[in-house]
Amino acid sequence: MNTTAIKELLYKMADDLLIIGHRNSEWTGLGPILEEDIAFSSMAQDKIGQSQALFQLLHELGEQEPDTVAFTRNANQFHNAQFVELPNGDYDFSLMRHFLYDVADQLRFEMLANSSYEPLAKVARKIKGELKYHVFHANTWIVKLGSANEESKARMQTALNDAWNYALGLFEEGDFENDLKKEGVFAGEATLKQLWLETITPTLTKATLTIPHENTWEPKLGGRKGIHTEHLEPLVEEMSEVFRVDPSAEW
Amino acid sequence: MIKSLDPRVTREQIEENNLIDPLTPMDNWETYEVFHQKKRGDQHMHVGIVHAPNPEMALLFGKEQYGRRSITANIWVVKTANVFASEYDDADMFETTPEKQYREAGGYKVMEKINKYKKAQKV
Repeated sequence: MNTTAIKELLYKMADDLLIIGHRNSEWTGLGPILEEDIAFSSMAQDKIGQSQALFQLLHELGEQEPDTVAFTRNANQFHNAQFVELPNGDYDFSLMRHFLYDVADQLRFEMLANSSYEPLAKVARKIKGELKYHVFHANTWIVKLGSANEESKARMQTALNDAWNYALGLFEEGDFENDLKKEGVFAGEATLKQLWLETITPTLTKATLTIPHENTWEPKLGGRKGIHTEHLEPLVEEMSEVFRVDPSAEW
Repeated sequence: MIKSLDPRVTREQIEENNLIDPLTPMDNWETYEVFHQKKRGDQHMHVGIVHAPNPEMALLFGKEQYGRRSITANIWVVKTANVFASEYDDADMFETTPEKQYREAGGYKVMEKINKYKKAQKV
């Protein structure tokens, strides 16, 4: 099996989860209402846990310990899409990102549940329930706010427009697409993107929101290759601050 | 500017003498009663309430509030307004008077008859 290809796949997935998990956790204590604060924080924790499971697989393939990989790299060594590193903005943007990202994430793991790389397939099957709740949460909010009143609808539409090209960047192809497909590890970003569009469209329609016109689509690429916005570096610094005080500490 | 140990607060660049807008109450979110079932077939037990604008969101919140730390098979949410309850002022209607002990299982005086019957059988 092509280990380099698998590592590339694992890195981008793990980094997406770690970074969005950290971003979403920034809402802890600041959420719109207590119940939602708890739900959103709990899902952020799930994401970090899921990233840890993938870093563990990387470790088994010869990479360093999960904590070392997560907390000692520089921003340009991260493979997450730029979408997940963007600041939280208001709750409308955070919810829209949660929706667009989590649907893609759930579909990706569904595809991987039958992967020929068994350790990853096992993780995919294990976290299925968590992802189901995350998407249920996202769908419920999007539909509710998209159709609640004029202000909420306008804000969700603006959030969708702002998020869109970054969301398309989630499907940036890597150098090993064909190897992964050939070996039955992963069916590829193009397939995932198609599936994603088919899945989000009915929900957005139900929410009376409109996907930006196709001739305006310009996916924000580069994240997978370590090219990031100015927002990632401060995030990484803040996220790893405590770890770096004493990397050998036992937790 | 407020400098806090919480970097999220510092990032907001809040003026020292900034007055936070007074909060307006959210009078449009109702409460839902949450019932939790440990495993199929068990009774649903009342565990608490959540605030939510509709049943779907009550379910969303109920799951995280009451279902995430223990084994859960199922959750019910019921709008608090839909619960028809007795008045505490009427609590005296639950009191049992001594004269009604015949309605309790322990009130039946049958042992005497049973013993009499057993005795008769032995003869």
